[in-house]
Amino acid sequence: MSTPLRSLTAAALLLGATTLAQAEEVRVAVAANFTAAMKEIATAFEQATGHSTRISYGSTGKLYTQIVNGAPFDVFLAADQRRPALLVEEGRASAPFTYAIGELALWSADPALITDGAALLESGAFERLAIANPKTAPYGAAAMEVLESLGLAETLAPKLVRGDNIAQTYQFVATGNAELGFVALAQIALDPSGSRWTVEPSHYRPIRQDAVLLDGAGSNPAAQALLDYLQDEAARAVITRYGYATD
Amino acid sequence: MSLDLTPVWLTLKLATLTTAVLLVVGTPLAWWLSQTRSRLKQIVATLVALPLVLPPTVLGFYLLLLLGPHGPIGALTERLGLGTLPFTFAGLVVGSVLYSLPFMVQPVHNAFEAIGQRPLEVAATLRASPLARFLDVALPLALPGLLTGAVLAFAHTVGEFGVILMIGGNIPGETKVLSVAIYDHVESLEWAQAHWLAGGMVLFSFLVVLMMNLLGQRMRRIGHG
Repeated sequence: MSTPLRSLTAAALLLGATTLAQAEEVRVAVAANFTAAMKEIATAFEQATGHSTRISYGSTGKLYTQIVNGAPFDVFLAADQRRPALLVEEGRASAPFTYAIGELALWSADPALITDGAALLESGAFERLAIANPKTAPYGAAAMEVLESLGLAETLAPKLVRGDNIAQTYQFVATGNAELGFVALAQIALDPSGSRWTVEPSHYRPIRQDAVLLDGAGSNPAAQALLDYLQDEAARAVITRYGYATD
Repeated sequence: MSLDLTPVWLTLKLATLTTAVLLVVGTPLAWWLSQTRSRLKQIVATLVALPLVLPPTVLGFYLLLLLGPHGPIGALTERLGLGTLPFTFAGLVVGSVLYSLPFMVQPVHNAFEAIGQRPLEVAATLRASPLARFLDVALPLALPGLLTGAVLAFAHTVGEFGVILMIGGNIPGETKVLSVAIYDHVESLEWAQAHWLAGGMVLFSFLVVLMMNLLGQRMRRIGHG
């Protein structure tokens, strides 16, 4: 091999090694309600740090089960505090913090349907009310709390349809298959279509959403970088814009 | 641990109804496929086979759009006062019939083809009408195929998951079938319940396939005898 070519190869190898050391991929499990905000944050994070992200969306319960069973994630953004706390307890994760506080909205694709949300629920003048599966999705559990707080859990039970996660719940309502449903405010915050009722927070416990660093991350610098970025002003601005509160 | 068996009964009801509908719809379709010389034959046979290769999500997606209030079929069922089909048991039957169609039609079609034209021609010379040829000659001879189709369609419907997850809405007693109940239990870490239902499914599937194998062996023996 000629000398210039050899030094070129060495340079290329060196370059490859340094980019590898600096830019890592972070694998993130994200609760479905945070999908839209996360996409925006991930793009900004990638531009700011040079790291890349690989994101899986699903219900908090499903993602938790996958993590417990060895799913290859570095960071978990849950829709509750319970699952992250469980993971910390089991020694699978560390450093939980609240990255967003979610709000619940009653939403219909029909612009004229919801004027007074509570009154509409009380009247029962609809065929189907979509919620996320309360067993696996915190927004579904919150929706059940609202119905219980209004004393309607039993009367409306026959009209409930359950989405596998809050994204499917949104889809049920958006396609009109359910006239209305409880979705995350974040899913409709930037979209003025349809009609909505932002549920008064007194009807349900605050949906505090915690993030944790998973043990699978090892010494992946991108994982910690993402968690730091989530607490950064830039990310918090995005999170607030999507209708979440932050600490 | 409390084990709710409603999903089991619901699944059996769904599979039984789906199989019954498929016997009524699929048998004439298979007969037409075996007799026709129409150029449409290959097109129809391909359409029937499509659910074998399509991901259930494709079927679920289009069913949701077609059967929903903004879809043509949904608009029709609403005008007929039937409401819309997604999130109802009837909707699951419609989805399952489409999903399991090839499992019924293909074995029956093969059985009809295997009879050949000869017995039918003999019946025709004895002045049997086309309907009589179908009912009195073809159907009895194709009985093993019908049985195979029915068992496969039934078992395939019991094992259905993706389509139901997309158009069912997980309603207990209405659309929460066995596979969805298992999924729910696993997601909620209720593994004891998941084990009972999932283990039961393994046993059930084993028995179905075993029955098919024994049946096939017996039919071959009769065929040779």
